[in-house]
Amino acid sequence: MNLESHLRSRRDGGAKLLVPYVTGGLGREWHEVVRAVVDAGADAVEVGIPFSDPIMDGRTIQEASQRALDLGATPVGVMDAMATIDVPAPLVVMTYYNLVARLGHERCARHLRQCGVDGAIVPDLPYDELDGWGEAADAAGVETVLLAAPTTPDDRLAQICERSHGFVYGVSLMGVTGERDELASHAGEMGRRCKAATDKPVLLGVGISTPAQAAQAAATADGVIVGSALVRRLLDGGGPDEAAAFVRSLRVALDS
Amino acid sequence: MHLGPPGPEPIGLGRFGEFGGRYAPETLVPALVQLEREFRDAWSDDDFREEYASLLSSYAGRPTPVTECHRLSERLGVRVMLKREDLAHTGSHKINNVLGQALLTRRMGKKRVIAETGAGQHGVATATAAALFGLGCIVYMGAVDVERQALNVWRMKLLGADVIPVQSGSATLKDAVNEAMRSWVASVESTHYCLGSAMGPHPFPWMVREFQRVVGDEAREQCRELLGDADPDVVVACVGGGSNAIGTFAGFIDTGARLVGVEAGGLGLESGQHGAAVERGVPGVVHGMRSLFLQDEYGQVLEASSISAGLDYPGVGPEHAMLAASGRAEYHAATDEEALAAFQLLSAIEGIVPALEPAHAIAWVAREAGRTIAPGSTVLVTLSGRGDKDAAQVAEMLGELE
Ligand SMILES: Cc1ncc(COP(=O)(O)O)c(C=O)c1O
Repeated sequence: MNLESHLRSRRDGGAKLLVPYVTGGLGREWHEVVRAVVDAGADAVEVGIPFSDPIMDGRTIQEASQRALDLGATPVGVMDAMATIDVPAPLVVMTYYNLVARLGHERCARHLRQCGVDGAIVPDLPYDELDGWGEAADAAGVETVLLAAPTTPDDRLAQICERSHGFVYGVSLMGVTGERDELASHAGEMGRRCKAATDKPVLLGVGISTPAQAAQAAATADGVIVGSALVRRLLDGGGPDEAAAFVRSLRVALDS
Repeated sequence: MHLGPPGPEPIGLGRFGEFGGRYAPETLVPALVQLEREFRDAWSDDDFREEYASLLSSYAGRPTPVTECHRLSERLGVRVMLKREDLAHTGSHKINNVLGQALLTRRMGKKRVIAETGAGQHGVATATAAALFGLGCIVYMGAVDVERQALNVWRMKLLGADVIPVQSGSATLKDAVNEAMRSWVASVESTHYCLGSAMGPHPFPWMVREFQRVVGDEAREQCRELLGDADPDVVVACVGGGSNAIGTFAGFIDTGARLVGVEAGGLGLESGQHGAAVERGVPGVVHGMRSLFLQDEYGQVLEASSISAGLDYPGVGPEHAMLAASGRAEYHAATDEEALAAFQLLSAIEGIVPALEPAHAIAWVAREAGRTIAPGSTVLVTLSGRGDKDAAQVAEMLGELE
């Protein structure tokens, strides 16, 4: 499935976009969780390939990554499992560059594509360092989503929006992933700036934790990514049902 | 004192051969671009250089001497000279880098610094500079290191810094770097990340090498005086992230000296419990740089292991990776046991108690004298710090051995 055209058509049909994040390999039921959140109204799902040193992640996703690694998760193992998840929504991996580099750009991109993965987010591979991976991903048909941050100046933001495929990931706050009590003050401005720079779908992520925050963030963007708030429910013992219930509550808030 | 001329800039986005780069989250990239620009301007600005040089002399006590080790030389059959960074203010070479970065912090109008620390020497140096410049200071330190370097934790607090123990992962230097980077992502607009070694995303490896090159530049002059205008045959320094070594090598890179970096051999390279990133690492991208890292077949970073908190790091700065690839420098390991023996040897026969980190460099010289170091050779070793911080830990270990 093409990530960008899927998200565009959903957006152009009037929907606000919802992309939940699930740590790959976190428990035996993690693929069931992916299916459940799609049933509950996710427009795409981001699957984290766990890394030992996730510098863009706060405590919740650090803990989930470590738990998945302790359970034996490997990059190729997570990708192979994604091939078995048959859902009517695009799948995107989120991981760190060392795992990609270790596999090799071409091999990693081809394997992702073979496993039916549509996009990739690599937060420690910024726009200026994209070269080798960017070409390999483009050639294999994996859409590389770039991040834009509140600190990104306008000229660079334009370049990032131009080069980003699938959607543009606007970082909604100054910081790493993790739940927050309130939506950060940067979120609205980030959404507006990205929207002014591109007509690609713009999703805000990092720190968005509740249905109310999701609705508020989606006011200036095309949608949201919700990670830690969902992953915490899984760490606390929740399974597909709890994940679906939470995603449904996000969907309701975005639709109303 | 006066500074020698600046050294060469890496090319492009901080490339040292195939290593280096600026692999940082987007949030940090604009700050790294600004830092690169500010450092480049400052480093060619006479006023900045003068102020830096005057701090190095009037505050940090530079130049530090080179000491001939007569008894050790006699014992080993090679002529050993020590570059005495243990005599610099705060007890290690870390102060050289920190004073430079503190000046830059002020120049950028930032009011707060954060730092990671392993042995605590960089944390102490950063807290010291923060006190001197009136900056807020937070130091991230692995919980394991908080235990084994308790004296330095106390010193940092005395100097007004907040020390935050990091529990994640191996709870050592690697994890302290992770946490400092995360914290910087949240605070980059007001805060400078005072990185403590010649590693991380561009411009840090270049900038830290430039702030540490004073070690090598001074030592070269001092050796010339001692050796009748000759350079030493062998130049040795310990390598954690690689700042004291790269600063030392910078002064000798264009001489005929054999350059040797000594990494943490831990329980022995075969045990897998070590910190020998050059000898046993493979290329990867971690902590913002392409370099050599201890990692598994999937690219998960492995925990390093060393008796010395300052060498307990599974990576190495990118310029060392390049020097190893080109063969201009060589890298070897000394084990925990060898370092402990060297710690005692230097204390007993020279009256100099080294930190456990440079004890690894001494240990390598002690092992190789008469073997790969020909008898009668001249050997300069950078004694990167003093051993006060390690006294309690070593006393306990030696007690256990008895
Ligand atoms: C005395 C001393 N030497 C060496 C090191 C290792 O750092 P680097 O390799 O950057 O010189 C440390 C780090 O804490 C240290 O305290």
